[in-house]
Amino acid sequence: MKIVLQHLTKKFPSRNKKSRGEVTAVNDFTFEIPDGKLVGLLGPSGCGKSTTLNLICGLLSPTEGKIFFGDDDVTKLPPENRGVGLVFQNYALYPHLTVSKNIMFPLENLKGAAKLSKEEMNRRALEAAKLVQIEGLMDRKPKELSGGQQQRVAIARALVKMPRVLLLDEPLSNLDARLRLQTREEIRRIQRETQITTVFVTHDQDEAMSISDLIVVMKDGIVQQIGAPQEVYDNPVNLFVAKFLGTPPINLFDGRVEKGMLYIGNDALFAAPNAPEGAVTVAIRPEGFILKEDGPLHCALVRLEVMGRDVSIVSTNACSESENVRSIINTENTLDLNSKIVRFALKPQKVFLFHKETGERILF
Amino acid sequence: MEKRNMKAWLYLLPAFLFLGVFMIYPLIDVLVYSFEEGYNSASQTFFGTGGYNYSYVLHDPYFLQALKNTFLLVIITVPLSTALALLISVGLSSIKPLRDLFQTIYFLPYVTNTLAVGLVFMILFKKTAYSDGLVNLVLHWFGSPSVDFIEGPYWAKMFVLCFYTIWVVLPFKILILTSALASVNQDYYNAARVDGTRRGRIFCRITLPMISPMIFYLVITGFIGAFKAYSDAVALFGTDLNASGMNTIVGYVYDMLYGDSGGYPSYASAAAIILFSIVLTITCINLLVSKKHVHY
Amino acid sequence: MQSHTDYQKIEKSARTRKIIRNVFVYTMLVFWALMVLFPFYWMVLTSLKSYGTYNAEYIPKFFTLSPTLQNYADAFTTVPLGRYLANTLVFTIVTTVLMLFVTTLAAFAFARLEFRGKNLVFTLFLALMMIPNELVVITNFVTVTNADLRNTFTGLILPSVASVFYIYLLRENFAQIPDELYYAAKVDGTSDLRYLRRVMLPICRPTLITIAILKIIECWNSYVWPRLITDDPDYYLVSNGIQEIRENGFGRENIPAMMAAVVVISLPLIALFLIFRRKVMEGVSRGGMKG
Repeated sequence: MKIVLQHLTKKFPSRNKKSRGEVTAVNDFTFEIPDGKLVGLLGPSGCGKSTTLNLICGLLSPTEGKIFFGDDDVTKLPPENRGVGLVFQNYALYPHLTVSKNIMFPLENLKGAAKLSKEEMNRRALEAAKLVQIEGLMDRKPKELSGGQQQRVAIARALVKMPRVLLLDEPLSNLDARLRLQTREEIRRIQRETQITTVFVTHDQDEAMSISDLIVVMKDGIVQQIGAPQEVYDNPVNLFVAKFLGTPPINLFDGRVEKGMLYIGNDALFAAPNAPEGAVTVAIRPEGFILKEDGPLHCALVRLEVMGRDVSIVSTNACSESENVRSIINTENTLDLNSKIVRFALKPQKVFLFHKETGERILF
Repeated sequence: MEKRNMKAWLYLLPAFLFLGVFMIYPLIDVLVYSFEEGYNSASQTFFGTGGYNYSYVLHDPYFLQALKNTFLLVIITVPLSTALALLISVGLSSIKPLRDLFQTIYFLPYVTNTLAVGLVFMILFKKTAYSDGLVNLVLHWFGSPSVDFIEGPYWAKMFVLCFYTIWVVLPFKILILTSALASVNQDYYNAARVDGTRRGRIFCRITLPMISPMIFYLVITGFIGAFKAYSDAVALFGTDLNASGMNTIVGYVYDMLYGDSGGYPSYASAAAIILFSIVLTITCINLLVSKKHVHY
Repeated sequence: MQSHTDYQKIEKSARTRKIIRNVFVYTMLVFWALMVLFPFYWMVLTSLKSYGTYNAEYIPKFFTLSPTLQNYADAFTTVPLGRYLANTLVFTIVTTVLMLFVTTLAAFAFARLEFRGKNLVFTLFLALMMIPNELVVITNFVTVTNADLRNTFTGLILPSVASVFYIYLLRENFAQIPDELYYAAKVDGTSDLRYLRRVMLPICRPTLITIAILKIIECWNSYVWPRLITDDPDYYLVSNGIQEIRENGFGRENIPAMMAAVVVISLPLIALFLIFRRKVMEGVSRGGMKG
C-alpha cells in the first residue's frame, strides 16, 4: 500500500494564551511513500515528525492537504477505519492485560463478517508473537517484561490485525544502547518479512540511516530532503541536513571562493570553477580528510584518538566554526606526534559548500 | 543524643497533648463506658459491668429504626452516587469548551454549609398549608398527586434524604474521578482507537480497569461516610429525628449523649462501638473484594 | 471507485455519531449543573421575596418583580445572625491558626528531627487516622463538661486543634525538601526553629494554604460538636444558629428571612472557593473528605 501525502499542513493554536497566533507543526508536506518500503522521518524534537505520523494514522486531522492510502482518500477517515498499526513511543501496553490479551485486543474489535473465532484469534496472536519472538511470554503482564520485550509486544499488537500501514513513533528511544542496535535490526527484519509499508519517526540519525529505505529529514515543520540514506548523506541539499547527518558530525569552516579557487584562511584547497565568488561555509565530512605531508589544509595538532579500527585526529584551525576539527583516517597512515602542524588533502566529493546566509548548497 | 531526643519530643508535645486528651484517652474511655451499666454522668456512678448496654441498645426500637434508615441510606446512595459521578466525570472528560465552568459548578455543594442548604431542600420539598412546594408543582405537571416529602410517608422522606445526600457527596466523587480519568495516559486511548475499538469497549476494557483503584477508594470512603450520616438528616427533618422516624446511627449516639432523650453516655458508647464495628467489617470486606478485582 | 463511496459513508456516520454523542453529553452535564445550581437560585430568589408575597404564592413563582432586602435586615435584627457569624469567624480563625502551629511543629519533628522510637511513634500515629470522630466525641463531651468548659470558646476549639491527617500531609511535603538544605543551614549555624521558619515554611507554603483552606471549610460547616457543647445562643455557630432559626426563629415561619440567613451563611465559603478555586480543588482531591 503506497501512501501519498499532498500539501499536508497542520496548524495548532498557540499555547501562549496572550498571542492568539498559530503554530505550524507541519507545513506543505508532499511525498509519496512507495509500497512495501521502510521510511524514516528524521529531525530534531519539535520538527513536526510525530505530528506527521499522527496525521497519517488519523489521530490528528490536517488543516490543509490530503492523505491517500493507495487510491483511497482517507483524509477525513477516523483512525479505526484506516487499517493502520501504530506502535507508541512508550508502547501503551494495557497494564492490566497479559501479553496475549494485549496482542488479541485489536482482533476482538472486529465485528460482523470479519469477526474471528476464539481459536482463530489465538492462532493469529501466536503467529504475531512468533514473528517478534515473544511466544514464551504470553501469560506475563507488561510490567514483568523488560523494555525490549515490551517493545516487541507493542509491535506484535500492531501487526496482528495485518495493517495496511505500520507506524512506529520513536520505537527505540526507550531502550538502552545495546538493545537499540539489536531491536533496529529486528524491525528491519520484520518489515522485510511482512512487506508492510512502514513509517517510523526518530531523532536519531544513526537509527534512520541504518535501516530505512528512504529517509525524510524535517526541520520546523518543513521537509528538507527526501531520499535514500546514502544519497542524502552524500548529497545534502543544505547546511542543516549536512550537519544533522553523520557521526562524528561534519566539520564547518569559514571559507571563500576567489578566482575559481576555494580557500580556508590562506590555504587554497582546490579549484571550484562553478561556484560564485565570495564567502561560503565549507563543510567537510570527517572521512574527507587525507593525511598528506604536502596537503593544502594546515591545522594545529591537538591529539590522536584511536577507536578500534579508526584513528581520529583532533586538531584546530582558526577558520573552524567549532573548537576542534575532527578527521578520521586510515591507520596505515603514520603521523609524527611531535609535529605541531598537521596537513591534509581533501576528497572533493566529501566537501560541500553552503551559502553563508541561507545555508543552501552551492555546487562547485 | 539525650538533648536531641528531648528537643524532638518538645516539638511533638503540643500535638501529642491534644491527641492524647481528645483522641487516645477517649478511645479507651468509650470502651470502658460501653461496659459500665447504668452510668450516671451527674453522680459518676454505675451499677455494674457487663454487656447490658449493648443489649439495651440493640433492643431499643429507636436504634433499630436508626439502623434500618442508615442501611437503606448506604445501600441506595453509595452505588447510585458513585455511578452518577462516574457518568458525569466521563462526560466532563470528553468535552473541552465549558469544562472549567461545569467543574466549578459541580464542586459548589462541597463548600456549602450542609445545614443551611438543607433548609433550601426542605422548603423545596415541603408541603404546607399555604403551598405545595416546588417539587410538588413539578409532580403536578406530570399528573401526579402531591406528596409531603418532609412530614409525609416514609419512602418520600427516605427519597429526600437520599437525594440530598447524593447532592452533597457528588462533588468529591466527581473531583476524584475526573482527576483519575485525566491521569490515564492518552496513548492508551489512541492505541485503542487506532485498533478500531468501540467507545463502549474502550470504557469497559481500558478506562474502568485503569481507574478501578480510585473507584474502590470512593466506594470505601463512600460507605464510611454514609454510615456516619447525620447532619443531612438534621438539616431536612429537624433535630428531633426520632420523632420523624428518620434518625441515623450517629444521630442516635448524639441523642443518647445529649438532647431530648439524652444523658446516657454508656448507651451512646455502646451504640458508637456497634457503629464502628459495622464500618470496620464493611471496610475489611471492601478491601478484600478490591484486592481481588482491582488490577495492578 | 466502489471504495470511495464506502469511505464517504463511514466518514458521515462517524460525524453523525460524534454529534449525537456531544448532544447527549452536554444535555447530561447541563441537567446536573441545573440540579446543583437550582437550590442556590431558589434560596437567593426566596430571600428577595417579601414575606407577604411568598406566602401568597400557592404556586411558587420562578422570579420576582419586586425584590426586597427587608429579609436581610430581619435576619440581622430579629435573630442574632451577626453574633453567630462573629462566633463562627472567631472559632474558625483561632482553630485554624492553632492547628497550623501544632501541625507545623509535629510535622517538622517527624520529617526532620531524629529521635529514638521515631518510626514506631509515627506508625502508631498514622494508625490514629482510622479512628472515627464519632467514637471519641462521647468522652470529649464528658471531659469538656466536667472541666466546666461548656459554652466557652475554649471548649469549642480545643478538640479540633490537632489533626492527624494534616500533620501527615505536611510531613510528606516537608520530607521532600532535600537534606542538603538542612545541612547547609546547620553549617551556617542556623537553629532548627529558624530553619523551619525561614526555609521549610516558605517552600511548603502551597501545602500550608491547602491545609488552612480545608480546615476553614471544616470549621465553618461544623455542626455536631458545637451542638453538643453549646446551649447558650450567645455561643452558637452558624450551623447551630440556622437550626435555631428554623426551630424557633422569627416567631413565625418566616421562610424568606430564613433564606436570607442561609444566603449570608453560605456566601463566605463560596467566595473563598471562587477565589482559591484551584487550591481548594487540589487540596480536596489530595485527601479531603467532608466532615
